[in-house]
Amino acid sequence: MTHIARILKDDRPGAALLIMLLAASAVVPFCNLALAEGNPLHLPTYSMTLWGKYLCYALLAVSVDLIWGYLGILSLGHGAFFALGGYAMGMYLMRQIGGRGVYGNPVLPDFMVFLNWKELPWFWHGFQWFWFAALMVVAVPSALAFVFGRFAFRSRVTGVYLSIITQALTYALLLAFFRNEMGFGGNNGLTDFKDILGFSLQEDATRAGLFALSALALAAGYLACRLITASRLGMACTAIRDQESRLRFVGYRVENIKLWVFTFSAALAGIAGALYVPQVGIINPTEFSPLNSIEIVIMVAVGGRASLYGAVAGAILVNAAKSWLTVAFPDAWLFGLGALFVFVTLFLPYGVVGLIRKKGKRS
Amino acid sequence: MTARDRLRAIFGIEDPIIFPIPESSPELDLRHGVILYLEGISVSFDGFKAIDDLNLYIDDGELRCVIGPNGAGKTTMMDIITGKTKPDSGSAWFGGTIDLLQMDEPGIAEAGIGRKFQKPTVFEELIVHSNLELAMAGNKAAWPTFLARLDDGQKDRINETLKLINLESLTKTKAGSLSHGQKQWLEIGMLLMQNPKLLLIDEPVAGMTQQEMERTAELLTSLAGSHSVVVVEHDMDFIRSIARKVSVLHQGRILAEGTMDEVQNNQQVIEVYLGEYPC
Amino acid sequence: MKKTERRTCRLLPPLVLLLLVLFPGNCHAALDDGFAEGIALLASKSFAQKTEGAEKIAGSGDKRTDKVLRAFLDGQLYFTKEGQVLVYGVPGSDGLQVTDALIETPLGIMSADQLNKITINNQLRGQLKTLLARLSLRSADPAVRLAGVREMFADITPETAKVFDDLRQTEKDDRVREALLTALALAGVRSADLAERKKGLVTLAESLDPEVRNELTRLIGEEKDKTLLQEAKRSLGKIEAKLSWYAKLETVFFGLSLGSVLVLAAIGLAITFGVIGVINMAHGELIMIGAYTTYVMQLLLPDALGVALALSVPVAFVVAALVGIAIERSVIRFLYGRPLETLLATFGLSLILQQAVRSIFSPLNRSVATPAWMSGSIAINPVLSLTINRVTIFVFAMLVFAGLFLLLKKSSLGLQVRAVSQNRAMARAMGVRASRVDALTFGLGSGIAGIAGVALSQLTNVGPNLGQSYIVDSFMVVVFGGVGNLWGTLVGGLVLGVANKFLEPWSGAVLAKIVILVFIILFIQKRPQGLFPQRGRAAE
Repeated sequence: MTHIARILKDDRPGAALLIMLLAASAVVPFCNLALAEGNPLHLPTYSMTLWGKYLCYALLAVSVDLIWGYLGILSLGHGAFFALGGYAMGMYLMRQIGGRGVYGNPVLPDFMVFLNWKELPWFWHGFQWFWFAALMVVAVPSALAFVFGRFAFRSRVTGVYLSIITQALTYALLLAFFRNEMGFGGNNGLTDFKDILGFSLQEDATRAGLFALSALALAAGYLACRLITASRLGMACTAIRDQESRLRFVGYRVENIKLWVFTFSAALAGIAGALYVPQVGIINPTEFSPLNSIEIVIMVAVGGRASLYGAVAGAILVNAAKSWLTVAFPDAWLFGLGALFVFVTLFLPYGVVGLIRKKGKRS
Repeated sequence: MTARDRLRAIFGIEDPIIFPIPESSPELDLRHGVILYLEGISVSFDGFKAIDDLNLYIDDGELRCVIGPNGAGKTTMMDIITGKTKPDSGSAWFGGTIDLLQMDEPGIAEAGIGRKFQKPTVFEELIVHSNLELAMAGNKAAWPTFLARLDDGQKDRINETLKLINLESLTKTKAGSLSHGQKQWLEIGMLLMQNPKLLLIDEPVAGMTQQEMERTAELLTSLAGSHSVVVVEHDMDFIRSIARKVSVLHQGRILAEGTMDEVQNNQQVIEVYLGEYPC
Repeated sequence: MKKTERRTCRLLPPLVLLLLVLFPGNCHAALDDGFAEGIALLASKSFAQKTEGAEKIAGSGDKRTDKVLRAFLDGQLYFTKEGQVLVYGVPGSDGLQVTDALIETPLGIMSADQLNKITINNQLRGQLKTLLARLSLRSADPAVRLAGVREMFADITPETAKVFDDLRQTEKDDRVREALLTALALAGVRSADLAERKKGLVTLAESLDPEVRNELTRLIGEEKDKTLLQEAKRSLGKIEAKLSWYAKLETVFFGLSLGSVLVLAAIGLAITFGVIGVINMAHGELIMIGAYTTYVMQLLLPDALGVALALSVPVAFVVAALVGIAIERSVIRFLYGRPLETLLATFGLSLILQQAVRSIFSPLNRSVATPAWMSGSIAINPVLSLTINRVTIFVFAMLVFAGLFLLLKKSSLGLQVRAVSQNRAMARAMGVRASRVDALTFGLGSGIAGIAGVALSQLTNVGPNLGQSYIVDSFMVVVFGGVGNLWGTLVGGLVLGVANKFLEPWSGAVLAKIVILVFIILFIQKRPQGLFPQRGRAAE
């Protein structure tokens, strides 16, 4: 504990963020559930769920910042781990529907009945239990990251090569999940969820619970990443980012360090995805699209990389802008996003956080 | 006066615990008194033979200087020993039992070979203290590195090294903002933290003042004995000040070997240097 | 006025016909009795008489025979109710487009109730086909003769066999002679005589015609004689082995075709990446710009699609190169030495370009026409034919490659480019204006992407997402071939193209892509520098 306290003393913005998240996990559900609709402090369920979504993206952004900002791996495929975590949760939610689906089949999800399947594919077994799904939320993205990382890092694929290969990874998964034969609902994905652990997803209380969980997960994820970056392992990561080959001569197995941090980051992304799916009510293959993964990177870049809290700020800023722009000027969103990429890389290499730091130093 | 005493006098360190017995692989077999065997090593890049049938033996505890004109293959030789470059043919053994050609860079570092690069390479975004902490000998796998906390003994070791490399006042400075000479010292400091059995030192005194050069010379001679040291250097005065045995590398092979005087009077060596260093 | 004119026109043909019938040979050199008599018989209601008429026509040797019989077969032969003129009627949007069959002059549009269709039944249809095939055997064009022989494979009779045997003696064209032999062998296989059947089987083993395979399969089902059965199986096996060989050849062709597209798409990337060390994620969009340039060129020159396509090559090069230079000057040059940032910034540019195309041309796919000289295919044999557009694109890709290769090896720009790519600081010190070389190199790479877009427009639809689907593949080619090596890109592209096409049949297109991807990851593991590595200190 003293160790954590000492680390947070050196990370004031992080400490503030953690306090805010802990407070939000209690206050926001309270404002939504306990205060009547007419109350000026009442928070509509819609906004709460929207913010819950942002927090999931923030966790994902933190996981990307850990490997990009500190380890120097620009993953253009982290959306894949997010989506896999989401699918694992989606499969649980699908099994929870049971006989209440359109076709009323007690075991088979609707899309399988529609495809005339007679039996549940083997990889759908076990997802009727929450604990199993929760395990898979972490295990599947981690396993993929581990296998992928083992090959990629051992062959010393770095820099842009690695980035493109991560993009190819998510692109391949996108293509695969679009196929009906994969058994994940094809391009419609998984949807029409009813309840989670017996709580109806339509209930405000369930939504409030999911929001609180997202806030706590973000807080825990942030703290875990901060513990890594503040440790000697964090120094090794920075060293890898700047002088990978030199660190080898000091005696570190660079590829192993990369592998473990990368896998941890993928697990975080998976958890973010699992919390995201019940709040938006759907998971489909577009989550694997390379554009999604790149949007996460831009969130980190906007907020300011290698700071962790910058990633949180960036995720919230970019997503809020997206929510607003896609409604106000639907055509302009991609122009805006594209321009944001160019602007941030040219003029804000350390993002909003860097800008604030600079201002702070000057005054 | 022993080397250690001289060191104490020069650097003002009271308790010279900074050179504990080097931590090297338990497999290291020094029964024959030879720590490094390079035999018949050849490597070529695009047809250019950087190293051509090189044979070199370093004794345990020896301080060896390697000189040679540009392009003689000095850096490539170090690359081969540390696992950065794989030779086309030949063998490289660390002690009697450790085959260096079968190992990767961290493995070789772990076995007990440390290296200082020609161009000082430190971790520029990290502070001086972190550079040393990172280099410190210990279990360098991911999980132990995550859990690692400095104990008092380790803190002392870092502080003493800081004193030795004269960067005490700059512990919290980012290594990137150090001067060239300071980076040289920091890299030497990292090497000391790593505490290897065999030190490969590529041009240690470039960018150093005369006084600093003397200190470096003292440091290297005091390391010899408990450590084996191979120094590659261009500065002949520096070589003369530390040299016991000198090997001359030319066109990827050993041209001459012996004391400084022997080497300097060697007709072939004189020809190679074209009278650049007349005696 | 117009009406009367029309009427005269309509009245004229029957008069001519009457004259022709009355005075055969006098006023129309090609017309003989058989043709006119046959046509007269077609008016009959009896199918037997119609058959006789068709045979007479076929035997007449008249120039129009083929056309008349073919229209008859297609149900497009009519007599006008008024005047009983023999006409072709081609269904159009507002009635039938009528042409006089004898003097071959258009008679305008008529409605169906102004005409009497010459009806046809199945038996007659079969006989017509045979007649037509026989006719074509006499044609001067070997291709027509070949088609005629093939047409008759299905129902070969002893008398046709005899005709074929005679024809074989005089036939000059190898392929027609071969087809005739196959036909004779087919007749032999169907005969009652054992020796004949056996002889036929041996010949059939050499043929690749699908009809032959059907016949052999049928025979294996029915044949009672053991030795013959074995012979038939052997022949079929031989054919099947050949077929699978040609199928492989076809896969190679498709693979090379895909590979040439990959080479075209990747080579521009290889230049920019190899020389400037920059990954241009907007490279795919430059390809897209090239494709849209082709589309616009065809809009501008709707009457000369082929010319538009040919002009598109230089125009697309210039347009894409200008866009590329603009990108380099406005964004990339500020980011040299920061490859990951460049990647992000150019990705942003690619989004902007895509959205711009969506706003200008709509998000829907546009199709670009293939000019006549690029459509169709070259038939090597009955089972293997190569589509001309793919062959053209392959040749085109090789030409572009050769041109680029020469440019980089022989020109002074090429020398400067290579100098900058090997040692930027040194080149600068030698007086090479590195920033100008960067811009030109980037323009060159982008221009070639534009050319790739022109080629792609001939293979797929042109849409805003066209580029995206090629960027990952192109990069794989560059990595696989070895960065900074044009030969590597060429070989890498072709190898990956062929590998992809060989994998597709047993794994499906998606899995093939995944397999290739995994393969490349494993490959980089073994050879991090690609197929053709640059070695030495410079490679670090």
